[in-house]
Amino acid sequence: MYLGLNKLSLFSVFSLGFLLCCESALAVDWSGYVAAEYRSFPQSALDEEQFNHSNLSFSFEPELYHEWNDGDDSLTFVPFVRWDEHDPKRSHFDVRELVWLHVEDDWELRVGIDKVFWGVTESQHLVDVINQTDLVENLDGEQKLGQAMVALSLIKDWGTLDLYVLPSFRERTFPGKEGRFRSLPEIDDHVFYESSAKDRHVDYALRWSQMFDDWDVGISHFYGTSREPRIIPKVTPAGLVLTPFYDMINQTGIDVQATLDEWLWKVELIHRSGQGETFNAFTGGFEYTFVGVMDSVADFGVIAEYLYDDRGTDAATPFDNDVFVGGRLAMNDVASSEVLFGVVADVNKGTRFYSVEASRRFGDSWILSLEGRFISNVSSSDSLSSLRHDDVIQLELARHF
Amino acid sequence: MKIYILILMCLPLLVAAQTPAERGLEIAIEADQYDTGFGDSSSQMMMTLKNANGDISVRKMTSKTLEVNGDGDKGLTVFKEPADIKGTAFLSFTHVLDADDQWLYLPALKRVKRISSKNKSGPFMGSEFAFEDLSSREVPKYTYEFLREESVAGEECYVLETKPNYKHSGYTRSIVWISKKILQPIKVDYYDRKNSLLKTMTASEFNQYLGQYWRPHQMLMVNHQTKKETRLDFSNYEFKTGLTDRSFNKSSLKRAR
Repeated sequence: MYLGLNKLSLFSVFSLGFLLCCESALAVDWSGYVAAEYRSFPQSALDEEQFNHSNLSFSFEPELYHEWNDGDDSLTFVPFVRWDEHDPKRSHFDVRELVWLHVEDDWELRVGIDKVFWGVTESQHLVDVINQTDLVENLDGEQKLGQAMVALSLIKDWGTLDLYVLPSFRERTFPGKEGRFRSLPEIDDHVFYESSAKDRHVDYALRWSQMFDDWDVGISHFYGTSREPRIIPKVTPAGLVLTPFYDMINQTGIDVQATLDEWLWKVELIHRSGQGETFNAFTGGFEYTFVGVMDSVADFGVIAEYLYDDRGTDAATPFDNDVFVGGRLAMNDVASSEVLFGVVADVNKGTRFYSVEASRRFGDSWILSLEGRFISNVSSSDSLSSLRHDDVIQLELARHF
Repeated sequence: MKIYILILMCLPLLVAAQTPAERGLEIAIEADQYDTGFGDSSSQMMMTLKNANGDISVRKMTSKTLEVNGDGDKGLTVFKEPADIKGTAFLSFTHVLDADDQWLYLPALKRVKRISSKNKSGPFMGSEFAFEDLSSREVPKYTYEFLREESVAGEECYVLETKPNYKHSGYTRSIVWISKKILQPIKVDYYDRKNSLLKTMTASEFNQYLGQYWRPHQMLMVNHQTKKETRLDFSNYEFKTGLTDRSFNKSSLKRAR
């Protein structure tokens, strides 16, 4: 695992060096950000090996872009690096993108490492299955690891068909022994695969998407190594460990959004087999926007979604029968001030998971963001139970260039 | 000179058969037809926002437009500055009376979001320009009334009152000064939902392209109520660059630069 990562890192450093030294000759477009993050934990950790109080972390994500053939060919390179004060597992490097894109009139080809997003809902992303989650980055799972791929998009009158060959697999990142937001005990370094090819299994995916007037529809299928592992408890001489097990799965997904004036109606549905019992999961709801609230230029959106997984309480996900209610305030001001807040409540167990995210710009290039996550009323049977002392307030200051 | 005066004297007789509404519509159609056939265009835009204290902030973007016959135009705007929104792109299919279709691309998440177009009256990028001020001006979007002829900044103009026919506009009406020579609006007064004067837009530094199409290189929007201003400077106008429907879809939105 580490060998693979090191090779990748080495390759990336060389690529970066190559691109930098050729910058003058090749007209490379260079942008990105550097950020400092401070996290404060009001409660002491459940496990004495986890750090307490606060944590400092720095991250850097440059982007180098070069195009030729009048923009029909381009090369994008986005490395990412984070240093973390307490958790060595969170100090990590990744190639988010290193991709050659070729564009023709009705098709596009991507070769390299890239990120792909599928889906429409806000509270979770069921159908989004191409990239592995970079879980050490943020509990919300929105950050993804780069995925090696050959992707062909056919853009036709009957819709867009995306075909993917995914020649290697990335393990999910988990916080280390010293880190917060982790299971008890922590997830072990040793991983297990159903496929004998392990992380070299070639996965395949396709997605058809089309717009029908006010409706945007996508249907997708994925065959390969599940990005979401099953967590298997194992007894070793050192005691109980939790090991990730990556099954071979087939997953069919449907995502639909209807945009009807100020109403956005959203549904995501998946059917997955190969990971224990075959199951279905659903996320669906609406976002309603009040434009120009209280005679201002601000918009306020109300979001409500229902999250369901028919494995019930056996589900690996905490969101088996949950309701998400939230709001999004966009000030539409010069500083692009925004606030997003919400709560996911478990209908059966009563666990509530609150989150708030706010951000604004200072000057031309500084973004200050605040995040808070709080858990309450958590039952011991809930998979979020190990996070019950991990309430957090996070401040991040990023400089974009 | 004498002939000129004679024509001027006869003008009221010639137009006497028309109501102000008919005359207004006629001018709107004439201006629209004069601007028809540009096919597609692209330009760079720099937006300078100034608040009442004089603080300035700048946005840069590129904009592409595809003319659609019989409907509103298609547009693709890609943001360059400020740096945190670099690569963010906005795709719109404007429609004459129906709600526009709009998509936003968020590069950090690689996510394309279809968004509600009810925000017509909302500010574009925190500026004094609303989405509807920058949307394509199709004739059936408004009802017209011819008010008078008048010169503005030494330019002879038709003065029309227009009222939006589409839903969710932030205005009750606008007064539009259309230059007789170039058939483009050079000044617009916008009246808010309470019918008070809200904003004034003045367009200047017009250039003619392809021997026909006039485009302003500067538009200034002054908000009389908040004392804020936004200036839009256009450069590198290009026409008939070979853009097609394929340049205006979700795939092109994701890779727009």
